[in-house]
Amino acid sequence: MSQGYGPLADRPHRPAVGLEVSHESADLHVTGQALYTQDLVGRTYGTLHAWPVAAPHAHARLVALSTEAADQVPGVVHVLTAADVPGLNDAGEKHDEPLFPTEVMYYGHAVAWVLGETLEAARQGAAAVTADYEPLPALVSVHDAIAAESFQGTPRTVSRGDAAAGMARAKYRFEGELEIGGQEHFYLETQAALAHVDENGQIFVQSSTQHPSETQDIVAHVLGLAAHGVTVQCLRMGGGFGGKEFQPHGLAAIAALGATLTGRPVSLRLNRNQDIQMTGKRHPFFATWEVGFDADLRLCALRATLTSNGGWSLDLSEPVLARALCHIDNAYWIPDIEVHGRVAKTNRASNTAFRGFGGPQGMIVIEDILGRCAPQLGVTPDDLRRRNFYAPGQATPYGQLVRHAERLEAIWSTLCERSDFAGRQAEVAAFNTAHPDTKRGLAITPIKFGISFNLTAFNQAGALVHVYKDGSVLINHGGTEMGQGLHTKMIQVAATALGVPMSLVRLAPTRTDKVPNTSATAASSGADINGGAVKNACEQIRERLAVVAAGQLGVNAADVRFTDGVVTGLGFHDKQLAWADLVHDAYFQRVQLWAAGFYRTEGLHWDSGRMQGEPFKYFAYGAAAAEVEVDGFTGAYRLRRADIVHDVGDSLSPLIDLGQIEGGFVQGVGWLTLEDLRWDESDGPHRGRLATQAASTYKIPSFSEMPPEFNVHLFERATESGVVYGSKAVGEPPLMEAFSAREAIRQAVGAFGPAGHSVDLACPSTPEAVYWAVEAARAASAAAPGAQPENQPATPPTAYAGV
Amino acid sequence: MNAAVVVNGRSRPLGPVGGHVTLLEWLRAAGLTGTKEGCAEGECGACSVMVARDDGQGGTRWVAINSCLVPAAAFDQQEVVTAEGLGQPGDLHPVQREMARRGGSQCGYCTPGFICSMAAEYYRPGRAVSNGHSDPEHGPNGFDLHALSGNLCRCTGYRPIRDAAYALGPPGQADPLSARQTAPAPAAAPTSVASDQGRYVRPQNLAEALGLLAAEPDAQLVAGSTDWGVELNIRHRRAALSIGIDRLPELREFAVEPNHIDIGAALTLSEAETRLAGRVPLLDALFPQFASRLIRNGATFGGNLGTASPIGDTPPALLALNASLVLASEGAERVVPLAEYFTGYRQSVRQPGELIKTIRIPRPVAPLTGFHKIAKRRFDDISSVAIAYALRLDEDGTVAEARIGLGGIAATPLRALETEQVLTGRPWNRDTVTEAADVLGRAGTPLSDHRASSQYRTAMLRTSLLKFYAEHAEPEHEEVLV
Repeated sequence: MSQGYGPLADRPHRPAVGLEVSHESADLHVTGQALYTQDLVGRTYGTLHAWPVAAPHAHARLVALSTEAADQVPGVVHVLTAADVPGLNDAGEKHDEPLFPTEVMYYGHAVAWVLGETLEAARQGAAAVTADYEPLPALVSVHDAIAAESFQGTPRTVSRGDAAAGMARAKYRFEGELEIGGQEHFYLETQAALAHVDENGQIFVQSSTQHPSETQDIVAHVLGLAAHGVTVQCLRMGGGFGGKEFQPHGLAAIAALGATLTGRPVSLRLNRNQDIQMTGKRHPFFATWEVGFDADLRLCALRATLTSNGGWSLDLSEPVLARALCHIDNAYWIPDIEVHGRVAKTNRASNTAFRGFGGPQGMIVIEDILGRCAPQLGVTPDDLRRRNFYAPGQATPYGQLVRHAERLEAIWSTLCERSDFAGRQAEVAAFNTAHPDTKRGLAITPIKFGISFNLTAFNQAGALVHVYKDGSVLINHGGTEMGQGLHTKMIQVAATALGVPMSLVRLAPTRTDKVPNTSATAASSGADINGGAVKNACEQIRERLAVVAAGQLGVNAADVRFTDGVVTGLGFHDKQLAWADLVHDAYFQRVQLWAAGFYRTEGLHWDSGRMQGEPFKYFAYGAAAAEVEVDGFTGAYRLRRADIVHDVGDSLSPLIDLGQIEGGFVQGVGWLTLEDLRWDESDGPHRGRLATQAASTYKIPSFSEMPPEFNVHLFERATESGVVYGSKAVGEPPLMEAFSAREAIRQAVGAFGPAGHSVDLACPSTPEAVYWAVEAARAASAAAPGAQPENQPATPPTAYAGV
Repeated sequence: MNAAVVVNGRSRPLGPVGGHVTLLEWLRAAGLTGTKEGCAEGECGACSVMVARDDGQGGTRWVAINSCLVPAAAFDQQEVVTAEGLGQPGDLHPVQREMARRGGSQCGYCTPGFICSMAAEYYRPGRAVSNGHSDPEHGPNGFDLHALSGNLCRCTGYRPIRDAAYALGPPGQADPLSARQTAPAPAAAPTSVASDQGRYVRPQNLAEALGLLAAEPDAQLVAGSTDWGVELNIRHRRAALSIGIDRLPELREFAVEPNHIDIGAALTLSEAETRLAGRVPLLDALFPQFASRLIRNGATFGGNLGTASPIGDTPPALLALNASLVLASEGAERVVPLAEYFTGYRQSVRQPGELIKTIRIPRPVAPLTGFHKIAKRRFDDISSVAIAYALRLDEDGTVAEARIGLGGIAATPLRALETEQVLTGRPWNRDTVTEAADVLGRAGTPLSDHRASSQYRTAMLRTSLLKFYAEHAEPEHEEVLV
């Protein structure tokens, strides 16, 4: 590790980190020159295309499969089946995910893949494959699974103190339940892989993957090869959001298997409809809870059970559940708590990582509770939230001290001031008095989000930094670029650590033969851990160069300074060396000009059985205030304004961080208010089919959901000690600032009802869901003493499928 | 003349493409991989490109369309510009420069499509001639955010993209694409290309088209291809013969007569909007809610009615406007009231060999109009319910005439005849409206599906009329009444 350069968080003079720079590929993006995996197909001679044979059942036994007719289709080269697999027929790490199944586990499950000279030929070949199925009963919703006691993995419990005693101590008690919808990733680039057999039987796979090392592992075990026989490269992804952390592996393995069997490159790309139908999503959750408050309206106990819908296989469901359980407290001190979690096994695509990784599904439970209870407790929701914040010195239910808890209060008050929260509350109230059919709501919510992989082993990273004789720098690291700006930050880190201009630093695509055994680019940790590794590699090189420079400058090596490509001795600015000259001289002195860097996040430990420990390096904090307007005629709403104050530590790259905050917030608003996954839950022939499997039926936010006024402020004086250049992770936390939008809708709906009306709001809070909540509020008004009878409320629908 | 497309200023042979190869596929096969497929059904805009179109006044306009939906063969002799053609790293187009420096791209996959949609609006004549007025959907530089309503970004949350759009100045004097707009657009070329997967024929005139159609009644008529493109890509339908009718002069006529307005069935909705120039306020309320600008630049009234879909957005409006259709077949024409056109789910009185030539809207149009589209998303969504109103009040405030068109609540679009009866001859006040709203709430036979429950659809019918009344009874809306 580095010596003599101060703590990890310290920044040198005139650092490249902290500069406001555009995405390193921005000029390539805007000119259409940036390459994605599928763009390589036309540049790869003789590529075959793969198309799935998708089962039209949610659950069935595959009785027979005949490929004879498909083999006769012109242009069909081969039909891949289980018989072709030389190694392990499994697309996952837990041996519960056969790559070619004999039991169909979800609607659209691929039972075979057809390779064709063209995509059209492969598709026609797939249509010609005949498969006989014996349909079996299908569990679709989480409730189906609970009724059938169909679970998978290990149930977990996070607890502290005595929840029963805490409930008994409470002055006010409430109970309820919440259904939390899933979310399709809808990365604009769908899953894609391109494989060919390289020299000497080595398999080279280009994959749109957040986890190249795991893609490599699974390709290797499917092919029966050692890891060194497979190289995986990811140029960049057209979005990932967690959806390419685990799900690309099996698809890459199909392409690799096809390439091995045919000797030709094989491209596999899911089209949008296949991608939505076949790949996993954010886990829907079902939560039941009871909560108690004391006379001061402080939380005294929470008991809850969270059941996630994991789909047909475990995938990442267990760690997602663990993070949900570790985030149900969000920003609030809950002295006595007992939260159980379990993963339902259903006949759906296997649910997986999605930005927040269970954190959002845990945090929404407490935010929903506070939003529902505040009117019944006679306080404003912002008051109820604020009075329950963690105080310095308090610990989470899993036993980790909430370091920097005072930032919650500081961020909150900063946000109230910057958003003129009090003044606008009055404006909203005045508006609501004047408008019977339209109501506004203004809500403010906090976040506290733990940073690091829950599983301690994943908190390591590697980098490979080369300085060439001409002084140019090439960096490799184990992280992948999916738009989050990781590569931009790594260039800034390398330029800072070496003291050279950013223009000297180039970043090469992520490859498993450059940096091995990498962790997924996930858990927001990409910049923290890879930045640590890049910095470490650069500092090794700089230390060696410092020795060379010290001799030339006549100073101690510890006193050599590297700034913007100029090397000087401390206090001796009259003598300077140019970076390129120093590098040149070092080469001739046979000094090693490249280095492998490594980073492990220190101080972490986690007992996954007891669910206790210190799994997180630190917490990211933030808060958001959102104002909405709800149309009482339709339930349609508009986000009028959003203000965010967010803690990114000392930003490595402010424009990148701003983009993550804004983008995460809007994606969260989509999850909470718009994006609506609906499955066929009938007993008809298409039971278990996803009805919203297309861009035309599954709606992600467009311009119409962007708040016209959107102010983001980075929390100041926020240095995070122990993290690369004092920064903090930013990928996931802002998504949960979108709770403010849903809570604002809740408050606007409440304004249609009598004082103290508690609003029960479905999630996602679509216009229809909001309309029924408005109707319930109006009915409460009508039933309230002294109220004028209104139109009788329409009947809300009974079936609300989605969880 | 060999079939060819001018892409980024360079002519490229079209090659042996049938009617099923989309412009997107063709561009990517030609190595122009900047244009992306995100959904293959015209929802995401990652495939957006600019094409040169007749501006109706002898010049050219750059318009952005979804290249994933349209047959490549339809672009014989046409001019197409992709993100690669606008600028290069080191020599960025102003749109590219603003997007790059303001954080308008993150993963970058949607970006080339945004660039093309934004560039088309950048070049819109008259855009920059703005009085600095801005609202949530228009920038101080005249930029209409609806130009980007058909482009989805999953990364940025849109704010930096909006700011990039609003920062654009006027095109420079020497800008070649701006200069190109002053010359005539490329003419439609009679085209006939084929592959082993079918033929694409662009006839020269209506008579030739009707002759082809008479000979092969199963031929697929293709205008904007915004519906057929989805059939091609998602349902993998293939046609032995596709007939391109989007450039037939007889289907592109527009006439304002004393007693009616004739809109050519193959005018795009964008073109119709421009030429109507505010004459039919109900359609002006409809247009921004009909899919996206990218789709409206291709979609036609003829296509929206030709599919006879119960959830098309133009039928409710045209029903409320009491429109008729001129149907043409070889040697014959007939006029059919729209109210008699739909016969069942995706079925109509249109016979094999017949096509929609003209949409005829009677004049004067009713002054009190509204279009309510109930959907999950405000921009670019499919209606769960659509309700169009066209009312005329007497001077004393009595409802003299009421027509209400409905979509999404039955197998066909339909008129709310009972509600119209309740309203007609009654004073336009809350009592009348409340009674009529209850009647409207019983219209149709709405189903439950993934878009909405039947109960919600029913509730929306009822509240729609209450909302329409609220919109037209409050003082600040009185100017809409005149």
